[in-house]
Amino acid sequence: MDPTPSSLPEDFLKRTFSLLTSDTDHNSVSLVCKHWYTAERLTRRHVSIRNCYSVSPEILTARFPAIRSVTLKGKPRFSDFNLVPDDWGADVQPWLNAFATAYPCLEEVRLKRMVVSDESLEFLALNFDEFKCLSLLSCEGFSTLGLEAIATYCKNLTELDIQENGIDDLGGDWLSYFPENLTSLEVLNFSTLTSEVSFDALESLVSRCKSLRVLKVNRKVNLEQLKRLLVLAPQLTELGMGSFMEELVSSSVNGLEEAFSKCGNLVTLSGFWDATLLHLPAVYPVCGNLTFLNLSYANIGPDELEQILARSKRLVRLWVVDTVGDKGLEAVGSHCPLLEELRVFPVDPFDQKLGVTDSGLVAVSKGCPKLHYILYFCQRMTNAAVITVAENCPNFTHFRLCIMNPREPDYLTNEPMDEAFGAIVKTCTKLQRLSVSGLLTDLAFEYIGKYAKNLETLSVAFAGSSNLGMEYVMRGCPKLKRVEIRDCPFGDSALLSGLTQYESMRSLWMSDCNVTMDGCKKLAEEMSRLNVEVIKDEGDDDQVASKVYVYQTVAGPRKDAPPFVVTL
Amino acid sequence: MELINFEATELRLGLPGSTEDHRDVKSTNSPVNSNKRSSPEMDSSVSDENDPSRSPPPTKAQVVGWPPVRSYRKNILQGKKSEPERGSGIYVKVSMDGAPYLRKVDLKVYKSYGELLKGLQAMFKCIIGLYSEREGYKSEYAPTYEDKDGDWMLLGDVPWDMFLPSCKRLRIMKSSEVIELTVSAFFFGRNKTTK
Repeated sequence: MDPTPSSLPEDFLKRTFSLLTSDTDHNSVSLVCKHWYTAERLTRRHVSIRNCYSVSPEILTARFPAIRSVTLKGKPRFSDFNLVPDDWGADVQPWLNAFATAYPCLEEVRLKRMVVSDESLEFLALNFDEFKCLSLLSCEGFSTLGLEAIATYCKNLTELDIQENGIDDLGGDWLSYFPENLTSLEVLNFSTLTSEVSFDALESLVSRCKSLRVLKVNRKVNLEQLKRLLVLAPQLTELGMGSFMEELVSSSVNGLEEAFSKCGNLVTLSGFWDATLLHLPAVYPVCGNLTFLNLSYANIGPDELEQILARSKRLVRLWVVDTVGDKGLEAVGSHCPLLEELRVFPVDPFDQKLGVTDSGLVAVSKGCPKLHYILYFCQRMTNAAVITVAENCPNFTHFRLCIMNPREPDYLTNEPMDEAFGAIVKTCTKLQRLSVSGLLTDLAFEYIGKYAKNLETLSVAFAGSSNLGMEYVMRGCPKLKRVEIRDCPFGDSALLSGLTQYESMRSLWMSDCNVTMDGCKKLAEEMSRLNVEVIKDEGDDDQVASKVYVYQTVAGPRKDAPPFVVTL
Repeated sequence: MELINFEATELRLGLPGSTEDHRDVKSTNSPVNSNKRSSPEMDSSVSDENDPSRSPPPTKAQVVGWPPVRSYRKNILQGKKSEPERGSGIYVKVSMDGAPYLRKVDLKVYKSYGELLKGLQAMFKCIIGLYSEREGYKSEYAPTYEDKDGDWMLLGDVPWDMFLPSCKRLRIMKSSEVIELTVSAFFFGRNKTTK
């Protein structure tokens, strides 16, 4: 008799499944049959919860008893732009409470857009003896006091990655709390903390942690100090530098250059605060090996950029600020044939004079045929340019264009930007993520619904003419996971057009559209496994649903919702 | 007797901001209902409040959360030494008794109570005064705020720096009501007014 999936011995299954590394594979095998589901759940080591309210800590720990690594994401992405009120939720503590009982051997916690208090950090440090890895991205609620607790109690720490959080940097000596016998650190990123750390403590830490491969310091570390760190850690693969600003002493630049020349493994470089043309030669020795260059904190111009890029032929990912201008982007097109990802951030989102335009984007697309990820902030754009870009780079998976004035038309023809995005979705069949901007009618959305069959994430702002716009997308794009919409003329019928989609989506966000409470109630009635939440603004009249957040969940309505979040 | 401008408190039909109030800069070509939440914050400068011939503001009206640049990045790039805040400013709602709609104001833009009051006066076209033990209320309106504990406080008692992080929202009350509340609080205990 041939073995069927359900007849294979559990031990065999468990051993096989424990070799699987991807979450997707784990999910797939768990769906084959009950037998496999049972074996798989006992072997799952890592779980990634992209919406912390889609499942409860109790349900998670009941299903997966052997988790060692958790990734948790909380608030909707638009909370990064102040669209979600304070005290909305996403507190990590209830999760930590459950983990303390169920996963005492927990090793890794990665949080994004969660609220993390100092008490929670201390709880984490004290309750998990094997704890190794903490990553906090875009979180808030903690201070450097919490970091002190982590440094003090996590004896096996290998990774501490603190990025872009809303944190009370109370300064102090949190870094000095790492005990002398801690030598296990491999990743240390405190680049976005603002206060000074004790350099002696940092130097000693770097010196004794021989496995350190990622070091990203903050702006308070100067060139001379950086050089001393590099001399101690030439094995680094990723470096975030401190500030270049200081009396320009050529010896310190030369000293740094020499230290860099010993760093043969460096592939990622970031920081560059206050860098000028005079300082840049310090990094030239490593440019040739770089695959990721993050210049998004450096206000450099096109000439400085060209100097670096001319020496960085292997670049795959590049982040810059729009001070480099179109001329700088032409340099990108000329020097970076292997480039796959480009992000151009605005130095001053409200200044209309500076920046990059359509011609910079076209220049990059001409020189970088492998480009598949773009994030581009600009003041103006044309349909023709984007159509050209689509032709040059048909492999886009992520196309995020932000024309910074809401409802800005094609500046040459004064027409809507519909054809631009139409070209992108028609040509780039692998497109997974799209952010649209500029003046857009329902036609743009008709194109998206018709062609963007692999689209998973869509961000829309100040666009569309009627409900039809959103309806085209919700009915046409089968793989949608996350949709976020603000300030568009989409109302209840648009909201309800997504009925068949919402249960297979992670979430929908709609703010300042034309959705009413009645529409939300209707949605909630039709779909019981969704949470339909309205965030009420004071002064909202009763029928207005100014902020709506809809997501699939097995945990039922939130138990921790603040009074201004109404679950229907 | 202080003169107050009744326009801001006048009840009327029609959408807020749809009068000749030229300081409410709206985005153009707007097919969306221009409800208060999408109306841009006003420019906080006070000097041109009465100048109808004022040239268009040098910066476009700033809509909350747009462009979508994370506040952390904004602070760093502009070389601000301040800590990365949760928001690029401290936005609090401001309500005024009798006004049909609320506004939002960025407290970080102001450096003192005086500046804040000037900004509020321009916004609501009224005269607001700080309370003085000796002289009582100098005007029809008094500024109050809700602090982190949920208590309603009179503006001006604590140093500005201490006020900033504790202010959750502002309410411009009629002075007469403030006195009533003070009296009732005295007799009946702490009064958490909710609007």
